[in-house]
Amino acid sequence: MAKGNLISGNIWDEYSQKVQDAMNHPKNMGEITEEQAEAMGCTLIIADHGAESCGDAVRLYWAVENGTEIIKDAKFKSFGCGTAIASSDYMAELCKGKTVDEAVKITNIDVEKAMRDTPETPAVPPQKMHCSVMAYDVIKAAAASYKGVDPEHFEDEIIVCECARVSLGTIKEVIRLNDLKTVEEITQYTKAGAFCKSCIKPGGHEKKEYYLVDILAETRAEMEAERMQAVANAKVSGSGLESDLSFEELTVVKQLKAIEAVIDEHIRPMLVMDGGNMEILDIKKDDESGKIDVYIRYLGACSGCASGATGTLYAIENILQENLSPNIRVLPV
Amino acid sequence: MKVYLDNNATTMIDPEAYELMLPFLSDKFGNPNSLHSYGSETHPALRTAMDQLYACINAKDSDDIIVTSCATESNNWVLKGIYIDKILKGDKKRIVTTTVEHPAIGATCTFLESIGVEVTRIDVNEEGVITGDDLRRVMSDDVALVSVMWANNETGMIFPIKELASIAHEFGALFHTDAVQAMGKISVNVRDADVDFLSFSAHKFHGPKGVGGLYIKDSMPLTSLLHGGEHMGGRRSGTLNVAGIVAMGKALENATKFIKYEESHVRRLRDKLEDALLALPEVTVVGQKEHRVPNTILASIKGVEGEAMLWDLNQAGIAASTGSACASEDLESNPIMEAIGADSELAHTALRLSLSRFNTEVEIDYAIEKIKNAVTRLRAISSSYAYAPDWHKSGL
Repeated sequence: MAKGNLISGNIWDEYSQKVQDAMNHPKNMGEITEEQAEAMGCTLIIADHGAESCGDAVRLYWAVENGTEIIKDAKFKSFGCGTAIASSDYMAELCKGKTVDEAVKITNIDVEKAMRDTPETPAVPPQKMHCSVMAYDVIKAAAASYKGVDPEHFEDEIIVCECARVSLGTIKEVIRLNDLKTVEEITQYTKAGAFCKSCIKPGGHEKKEYYLVDILAETRAEMEAERMQAVANAKVSGSGLESDLSFEELTVVKQLKAIEAVIDEHIRPMLVMDGGNMEILDIKKDDESGKIDVYIRYLGACSGCASGATGTLYAIENILQENLSPNIRVLPV
Repeated sequence: MKVYLDNNATTMIDPEAYELMLPFLSDKFGNPNSLHSYGSETHPALRTAMDQLYACINAKDSDDIIVTSCATESNNWVLKGIYIDKILKGDKKRIVTTTVEHPAIGATCTFLESIGVEVTRIDVNEEGVITGDDLRRVMSDDVALVSVMWANNETGMIFPIKELASIAHEFGALFHTDAVQAMGKISVNVRDADVDFLSFSAHKFHGPKGVGGLYIKDSMPLTSLLHGGEHMGGRRSGTLNVAGIVAMGKALENATKFIKYEESHVRRLRDKLEDALLALPEVTVVGQKEHRVPNTILASIKGVEGEAMLWDLNQAGIAASTGSACASEDLESNPIMEAIGADSELAHTALRLSLSRFNTEVEIDYAIEKIKNAVTRLRAISSSYAYAPDWHKSGL
């Protein structure tokens, strides 16, 4: 919340002139009869979407030319607010002249963009984006009716943000690929949640099946579980690390085990031969340099040995770097 | 022509009240709490305003009427004050209210529930009210407060406040009423109704915005929400809104004088508008006329979405209101329509028309004509009417 949001405005002020004109004088409002379609050499398709009980309902009429599958005429009837009526009008206009297969690719984003007065200014306020979604859905219903298939035939993905047409699969993939940690980041990457905001979390103005907060939490939990599984599967031995994970991605416990294994095989025997030894005190990541600092203490003859800060130290560090990670830095205490 | 039919949202200011405010916005700007003459010269008008408020609701001198910023503040004060005074101390544990209260009650109850208070919400019947029997069924000795609105903001339906207050008292509970939609429309008599608390807002009875009040019977203790000064006898801190209080007193006095006029003239105009609406096919109105405040109609117009209707009426210069999903940030349909069990289709077609004593016959005739035009146009577009009878094509 900030200055601009403390006093709300009238949503109508944010309607483009095209939306207002289409609301007042919808060009494609009406019906197409069987006789009219036949006279045009067309098949009549009638499709419904929504219901008055939900607050929005639209009926779409198509006259589809026999043989070419070109939509020669499109008309609509709509129960809904100004945006719903204007969206339906523009949706019908966009259908005209396209084949059924082309029309089915029209999205609510296309409808909204067609209603803009200027390319960069949205045609409707964010909370009204959902009203253009219905226009998208009724095209699917009309195409399904024409082709004799189920409307879901055209919808092979679960759509989480209907305003921006972003699917569940896309959101999960973006979270994983970019290691996203907040809903704001998801919106930046995908535009999901940028418009009516209903899909962000429960309690918005529309109930949703999927919410971004839940998808983020679940995907992060899955990522963490997979990471832990990979850590568990990581094998460490004196010859180093056998894992898809890097040394840096291991848990501190696993890192300790890996370092111990390398020390046991390559370093400790050498120190013991001279009557000395060493122990690991701590492992810390230095956020500034990105180095992994291994704090050690020399034991026996090694403690007080002059080369403990020079030759022996470099040998220990080099062996650990070669076997595990070039980021390792060894610090004697 | 412009016609204002949204008086349940807010009202135009009474010209007399407006005139009275002006000096306190210019040369009589003193702080009433100051010891010098600038402060003192505000006192006579403030005392007059308080006398007017007390007289209009028939409060006793031993009662308190605390001036607040609005009824939302008053409602919050009662609910949260009772929580602190009664529930937190363990004397009682429950608040009883209805499902159709204004969000100032509903959302405050939800907040209190989030911190452990038990709230019982009574469903209204198909007329949109609760009865004494409905209240009695949920009452027990553990109820700290019963809060029921005097009249509903959407339907205008009047609740049986006197009976409900009496039942609450039988069980040792206090009784609060949000009288925002009743004040200035019907007689509000706190002694006759025997309520313990009553909330109101000036801008609903032709007073200014940003000022309201809370009646507290017999100066009963109620923990303050605003601390930091000795204003309003130490009960509600904050420098007094002198101009607002002075105008509120006059506005309520005038509104009370006009109650008979509301009952006759405003009711007749309302009924004329309502009858014209009901003459259209498939239009329903919620609640019987005689059980409503005289100025309100909540109509449902089949096939016409609420916001689309408002759009057309606005273009014709008519201000109305709707609980329709699309007209607000909340896309749920009109809650009162849902609460009274109205068909959910109808809930998206609600249109609220609320009159005031400043509306004229000419305005109502104009509104009737424009409403008919809008219904004809929108039903022609409506998919709900795609295969409906042809009445709409032939005009009304």
